[in-house]
Amino acid sequence: MKAILVLSGLGIIALLAELFRFRRVLFPLVLLGLLGAVAAALSYFWFDEGKEWNDTYVKGMLVFDTFSILSSSVIIITGLLWLMMSQSYFKEESSKTDHYALFLFSMAGAVTLTCYNNMTMLFLGIEMLSIPLYVMAGSKKDSLASNEAALKYFLLGAFSTGFLLFGITLIYGATKSFDLPTISTYVTDHAGEIPGLFHAGIVMLLVGLLFKISAAPFHFWAPDVYQGSPTSVTAFMSTVVKTAAVAGFARLFAYPGFMADAAFWGPILAVCVVLTIMVGNVFAAVQNNVKRLLAYSSISHAGFLLLAILSNAPGSVIYYTAAYSLASLAAFAVLGIIMQHSGDDAMERFNGLGKRSPLLAFTLTLALLSMAGIPPTAGFFGKYYVFMQAFASGHAWLVLAGIIGSLIGVYYYFRIIIAMYFKDVPAGAEGSPAANDLQQLVLFITSLGILVLGIMPDLLLNLFK
Amino acid sequence: MASTIVIPIEWYLWLSATLFSLGVLGVLFRRNAIVILMSVELMLNAVNLLLAAFSSYHADPNGQVFVFFIMAVAAAEVAVGLAILIMIYRNTKTTDVDFLNKLKW
Repeated sequence: MKAILVLSGLGIIALLAELFRFRRVLFPLVLLGLLGAVAAALSYFWFDEGKEWNDTYVKGMLVFDTFSILSSSVIIITGLLWLMMSQSYFKEESSKTDHYALFLFSMAGAVTLTCYNNMTMLFLGIEMLSIPLYVMAGSKKDSLASNEAALKYFLLGAFSTGFLLFGITLIYGATKSFDLPTISTYVTDHAGEIPGLFHAGIVMLLVGLLFKISAAPFHFWAPDVYQGSPTSVTAFMSTVVKTAAVAGFARLFAYPGFMADAAFWGPILAVCVVLTIMVGNVFAAVQNNVKRLLAYSSISHAGFLLLAILSNAPGSVIYYTAAYSLASLAAFAVLGIIMQHSGDDAMERFNGLGKRSPLLAFTLTLALLSMAGIPPTAGFFGKYYVFMQAFASGHAWLVLAGIIGSLIGVYYYFRIIIAMYFKDVPAGAEGSPAANDLQQLVLFITSLGILVLGIMPDLLLNLFK
Repeated sequence: MASTIVIPIEWYLWLSATLFSLGVLGVLFRRNAIVILMSVELMLNAVNLLLAAFSSYHADPNGQVFVFFIMAVAAAEVAVGLAILIMIYRNTKTTDVDFLNKLKW
């Protein structure tokens, strides 16, 4: 709750910066504010150690339990690192304050999605997350690709919101409530005689949420939007937004009532898991544009996260999102630097990067290894725990699909690594792209995070017990 | 003697489902971005109608409050959407979604 207040307050301050002319100090101010929000989110762990957290706010509409504290911390830390690495996005003097405000309001929505306890807050959280993003996706006003990304994202976002709301309404019609614990009790009380209205609502809700986390067969907008948006915004979408949407999804379906009804929605989700993992990985393997490749890879990671949700393993959801966000931040930071240097994002631009900028090449390699799930990186344990838990809950076939998908993943991640270390520097592309100081710090922190989480996964997982 | 005729809740359900489906079809098949936006609004208003009906049926005010949330958020969403459309119109002189083909595969 404190984190949401800090984030929204900062957003309003950022808007006032235009009026009272303190634009120049906005960056340090927001940075400090975000550090404060991280501290506020994590303060639970220091002040009430060993306690069962279940703080409710706004008449039970928001609940802070271990899941929401941990996933909101992941979101805020990712947002902080994102802010540090994407200074180029905030360069434009005329719209600087707006960009900060949009980013902060979107973050507030993301945190709301981790802690809602009522359908109203689920809806408001998704909208607070998405509406600023539509603007951010189109913030390169004179680029047609950015325009197209914004319109596609907006139209499909609004479309999926319609499904989400229809689902919420049908569930309200069946259960007479928006309150998730009440709905949950209703389902457990009426086991075996749940009305069709409720099930229709679940299907609509699933469609709306699958759209948001870009799972197949509702993924077709994601590659276009990721490719067309400014690279910094794409990095934000594939880390903070993905984490928030997945956390919202996991939170809803982890309620005992929804879990008890798994016999109904489990098979639907299982089909989506297989489709998402396969579509994401197969299409990523044939891309020659690295930004688009990362977009498809992000779709495939949504598949693994769905598998974790299906196996009711919120701990591995958080671990996987943390591992993926770190790797994704590092990869997009390097991609952004390369694009600034060469003006395009084709695979050839990475040729010989190992010789030209060894540091960037090394960080990107680490990030890609983590995404591919190779030990000793965090991504390995992320996949390992997801597969273990899926296996334990009887989804052996889905684990098989996941393993095949990961193998395809290894192929295309290594294509970039091979281009960096074993291909000659192309003529005319000499010169070594370099990170600025803040970007170097981000690359250092993310690499350290990937390795530390990979060597000591218990650091994060033990917090969940 | 005025007798009150109560419209069964199922009728509202079918009406809303029909309106919602019309909205979905509009989004899928119309090519003008403004018409698509109107179709999305039709979907949201179908939801609003159903929420109000359920709210009255259950004698529970929460549903009607939710309608206000949807209205407020939809207004914000439309403001952003029209701004995006104006930006696109300035660059392309059209609001047809068929120009959305720069990004493929």
